[in-house]
Amino acid sequence: MPELTYREAVRDALAQALRTDESVFVMGEDIAEMGGSMAVTQGLLEEFGPKRIRNTPISEMAIVGSGIGAAIQGMRPVVEIMYEDFLTLSMEQLVNQAAKHRTMSGGQVKVPLTIRTQGGAGWSPGAQHAQQLEAWFVHVPGLKVVFASTPEDVRGLLWSAIYDDNPVVFFEHRTLYPLKGEVPTKLEPIPLGKARIHREGEDVTVVATGRLVHEALQAAEVAESEGISVEVVDPRTLLPLDEEAILGSVRKTTRCVTAHEAVIRGGFGSELAAVIQHGAFDWLDAPIERVGARFAPLPFAPAMEQWVVPHAEDVLEAIRRTVARS
Amino acid sequence: MTTVEEKAEPGRKRVSDEVLRGFFREMLLIRRFEEKVEERFRAGELPGFLHVAIGQEASATGVCSALAREDVFASTHRAHGHAIAKGTPVEKIMAELYGKAEGCSGGYGGSMHLYDLEVGNLGANAVVAGGLPAVVGAALAFQMRGEKRVAVAFFGDGATNTGTFHESLNLAQLWKVPALFVLENNGWAESTPAVQQLPLPVDQLGKRAAAFGMKLIEADGQDVEAVYLAALAARDHALAGRGPVLLHLRTFRLTGHYVGDPQVYRDREALKRERETKDPLRLLGARLELSDDDFAALDAEVTAEVEASVAFAKAGTDPKPEDALKYVYA
Repeated sequence: MPELTYREAVRDALAQALRTDESVFVMGEDIAEMGGSMAVTQGLLEEFGPKRIRNTPISEMAIVGSGIGAAIQGMRPVVEIMYEDFLTLSMEQLVNQAAKHRTMSGGQVKVPLTIRTQGGAGWSPGAQHAQQLEAWFVHVPGLKVVFASTPEDVRGLLWSAIYDDNPVVFFEHRTLYPLKGEVPTKLEPIPLGKARIHREGEDVTVVATGRLVHEALQAAEVAESEGISVEVVDPRTLLPLDEEAILGSVRKTTRCVTAHEAVIRGGFGSELAAVIQHGAFDWLDAPIERVGARFAPLPFAPAMEQWVVPHAEDVLEAIRRTVARS
Repeated sequence: MTTVEEKAEPGRKRVSDEVLRGFFREMLLIRRFEEKVEERFRAGELPGFLHVAIGQEASATGVCSALAREDVFASTHRAHGHAIAKGTPVEKIMAELYGKAEGCSGGYGGSMHLYDLEVGNLGANAVVAGGLPAVVGAALAFQMRGEKRVAVAFFGDGATNTGTFHESLNLAQLWKVPALFVLENNGWAESTPAVQQLPLPVDQLGKRAAAFGMKLIEADGQDVEAVYLAALAARDHALAGRGPVLLHLRTFRLTGHYVGDPQVYRDREALKRERETKDPLRLLGARLELSDDDFAALDAEVTAEVEASVAFAKAGTDPKPEDALKYVYA
């Protein structure tokens, strides 16, 4: 199997969709000649030309909103919001328009729009270039939410997002772009709403997203050396959520840790904990532990930044706490 | 809706009396529809809250008559007139206001979310300026596919103060998409008058087009013929690939912001004067020299149509509560 970086995998999904289907086009800030501020869209302008690879003004509301209008008229736009912090500038269009058109129209309208964005700490960007806001969008009926953690997943999920007939907010993690991984020779679409079990285990389930999937896998290695068998599950799609896979895992292991880079309070781990306590209450042997960032805007100085966001050690400690309960 | 074949040639300076009579009938239909909406709301039959377009009928009829069926538009919270003028049957609109499954949005939208994709109604929007970016995107899709269609956004003077307005017009002009931005300038943002929300004199709001290098066309929004000819010219401009147009129509809201608005903020004498001098139906009726009999005959016709729409709506089906989940996802 060929190996791609996470960045190349995103680009490959875009390029293949653009080659396959004239209705697909890409727009966003600095995505054409520059190839995107994360270099994800490099080379697309050369192959597909300026009509389909469109630089936009710094107008997040209009970027998302014009994507909505084009989608309703039968296109499959992929818009890029450079940093997920900037999604805040397009919230009206995402939450009031994209998510609601189908219901408000009594089923007349479809909005096959993909909104790609990225974020994540670990490089001292400060408080406005690294937030993890995925939980906000899980609260909105009508949106789908994806957060991919590996090259294989990001490629297969992005394809499915582009071909989904609903608006999909597609989160990528900045620190994962250089990550290499094997991918199938031929792009295999990964259905939205299917979790992935990265590692099987018997004692504790860690449900992790984004960068924390990799931190959880590291923590699982160490736990194994301590005699704790850890299962690592990545939901990959946060909305709709593969509850069956997650509950199946927790019913087997009887303990659960949730892990994401976003702050804990009101984070996606809180929703997971609610789903799990309701669906696996009789199986649980310990309270569900939530791992996430401390409740602060991300500070700039590396020492503070690293202290605020969670790492493998935080996941490991949470695993130990769940095991210590019984 | 007047058919395309009946329309004046683009660039013609005058519209035939026959076409104007068609406009008058449609504007009267909108007026009677809106009056019926006020009446049924006060009778407690209509849920939610409502905004009627009494006084602004010439804008709806003039603009929509200049459009082809395949052209699309997005409207505002004050949408009934636009929906009627673009060709949605009044009974489907009335049924929507009654929350019935037979409504143009199946009872999911209500007065502020009238949709009818078949005639190009992309949806009325309850967020001020909320529909503008999607109109840019729809026009972009037409441009990319080489289709001879325009996308139209209706909005008011209040909307021109939002960031969405500026982002949308900027992008539309940058990409020269075939979009028409129809500014229905009634001088009120809800209860806030122009002097408290606009840094320009109210009649000069069209100057905002210059900031984007956008073509500006202006017309008296109470004169349906002027509106119609201006809209035809705007559509021609956009379809010729010369970019979008800001179509500035000065109009008058001869009623409150919403049905039941006591309008404590409004000068009664000024409102009375506007009703006497700015009513687009009175102006057109005088121009056409309609006899009392002619008027009575037309009025009876459209009134019967409106009454029938109420009967249709009342006989409609209440959606099942659990149907609420039916269209969350495609």
